[in-house]
Amino acid sequence: MFTANKKVDKLLTLYLPLTMLLSFTIFPIYWTLNTAFKPEGDIVKRPLQYMPINPTTENFVTAWTNVGFATFFKNSLIVGVSTVLVVLVCSTLSGYALSRYQFKGKRSFMIMLLCTQFIPRAMMIIPLFVIFKNLGLISNPLSLIITYTAIEIPFTTILMSGFISNVPKELEEAAVIDGCTKLQALRFVVFPLLLPGIVATGVFTFIYTWNEFLIALMLTNQQSKFTLPVGLSTMMGEFSINYGALAAGSVIALIPAVILFAYAQKHLVNGMGGAVKG
Amino acid sequence: MSYSQGVTETVVNSNKAVNRKKIKKDKWVPYLFILPSFLIILGFLFYPIATVFYYSVQHYDVSAPYYNGFAGLENFKEIFTNDKMFIPSLMNSLKWVVTEVGLQLTFGMILALLLNQTFKFRGVIRAVAFIPWAISGVLASTMWSLMFNEHMGVLNDLLMKMGIVDEPQAFLASTSTAFTSVIIAELWRGIPFFAITLLASLSSIPVELYEAARVDGASRWKSFIYVTLPQLKNTIVLTTLLRVVWEFNNVDLLFNLTGGGPAHSTTTLTMYIADLAVHGSNFGYGSALTVVSFGILLVFAILYLKLSRYEKE
Repeated sequence: MFTANKKVDKLLTLYLPLTMLLSFTIFPIYWTLNTAFKPEGDIVKRPLQYMPINPTTENFVTAWTNVGFATFFKNSLIVGVSTVLVVLVCSTLSGYALSRYQFKGKRSFMIMLLCTQFIPRAMMIIPLFVIFKNLGLISNPLSLIITYTAIEIPFTTILMSGFISNVPKELEEAAVIDGCTKLQALRFVVFPLLLPGIVATGVFTFIYTWNEFLIALMLTNQQSKFTLPVGLSTMMGEFSINYGALAAGSVIALIPAVILFAYAQKHLVNGMGGAVKG
Repeated sequence: MSYSQGVTETVVNSNKAVNRKKIKKDKWVPYLFILPSFLIILGFLFYPIATVFYYSVQHYDVSAPYYNGFAGLENFKEIFTNDKMFIPSLMNSLKWVVTEVGLQLTFGMILALLLNQTFKFRGVIRAVAFIPWAISGVLASTMWSLMFNEHMGVLNDLLMKMGIVDEPQAFLASTSTAFTSVIIAELWRGIPFFAITLLASLSSIPVELYEAARVDGASRWKSFIYVTLPQLKNTIVLTTLLRVVWEFNNVDLLFNLTGGGPAHSTTTLTMYIADLAVHGSNFGYGSALTVVSFGILLVFAILYLKLSRYEKE
């Protein structure tokens, strides 16, 4: 009797609501996959197919070669990887300074970092367009790399300084006493311990650049320079939409983000919780 | 043990003495380290923001450059007295932010409470539940447009099977359903943000508090109200504040699912600005609108923090 009650209780307070929320989460992803693998004619045919009856990969071929997702993918990759590299170098350096040194202006610098978190991104699109137009960098990946770096650095600096503070200072000092130079101590003692944090920071930065839309739209006006979000958006705005290719393009954009996310999501709860708790 | 410790201490101390001179020499090191970050933030975050304020008092139209020049407060006067889009879009922003943040917080809290319990495959299920966090606004738009679509959308099919609608609806093209549709799609993407941050705080609440509540005979609901909520207060205040700012500025789904339509029924203030910036050319006026929306956010943030008596540990 008691155990039966407990089971019913668990069903009502855990399994049932969890299943409902998870179905809500999964279904749009499932429907996109389902659409992507249907031949064009089957997509609008009624009754709707909840599983592709004649599964095909032709939508992926169309999206990749005809619509230009190969190019969008390459552009997103260039912007993403470059931004990650610049962000990691800058934020490791500044994070190290914040975590290990006391210096005049440190507090002001940290307040400045916090303030940037409240700057509305939409507020920047007009001035950024003017700035990069004057620099002749419209439709140049460099404009996106610079902007994304500026937007990401405050958060990643705070993140990195937290990770660095977790590496005991004594380890570094001990290595110096044992005859390492300061740089060697950083390279052989601090860096290996910091690696998981660096990877997590890089992944979060990459996902941001991979997903950003409004700035990329504003700073790009040639189709050959579109990133994936701009490419998808343009495709959605066309008069007659090829649903199959749109779904396939969505899957192409989805896969890298989800793989990286699956890898880094453990750090997410710790890292984001920590950052928000500040 | 104590001997080696003693030796290390002496070495460290003598090192300190040697280092004292070095410290003076190394004073510039932290400045060198923060320099690249500082310059990039200054040049590409703060400078653009400063220019928004500058443009807001200029006539600055790319397509009519001969009128360009100092405008004083004319752009602002135009916004408050003549702009028929301003008040409706502000109301839409209010509706958008309040519904989104309210719903996301509620469902995010439920999800966090569920995922904080112990059950099989918890790690995998957590990861799956958080996936929408990693999905872009544009991607969420394409996915939900495939759901809402009247020709091949599954939502119409399900509603027709259940007998709720007789024929396929164009949810995104009708003034009565467009707003709700975008709200649902954005909700889908926003729940994980709250779930993630709340889960992090939930797991740091000491178990003893719940045990004490149970000893006192508190029901599950009461221990949620009197133990969980007060412990989460700071996290809730800060995450809702961040989210309000974020949702106020977020246009990805509005831009791609409805483009602000039909009949401007989904045009929020930020959507209005984004539309002016992307499709228009009057950058001076767009900048003035931006300054106004920045002011609204600033006043809101200050009031919110004051009223909620947010305390930093």
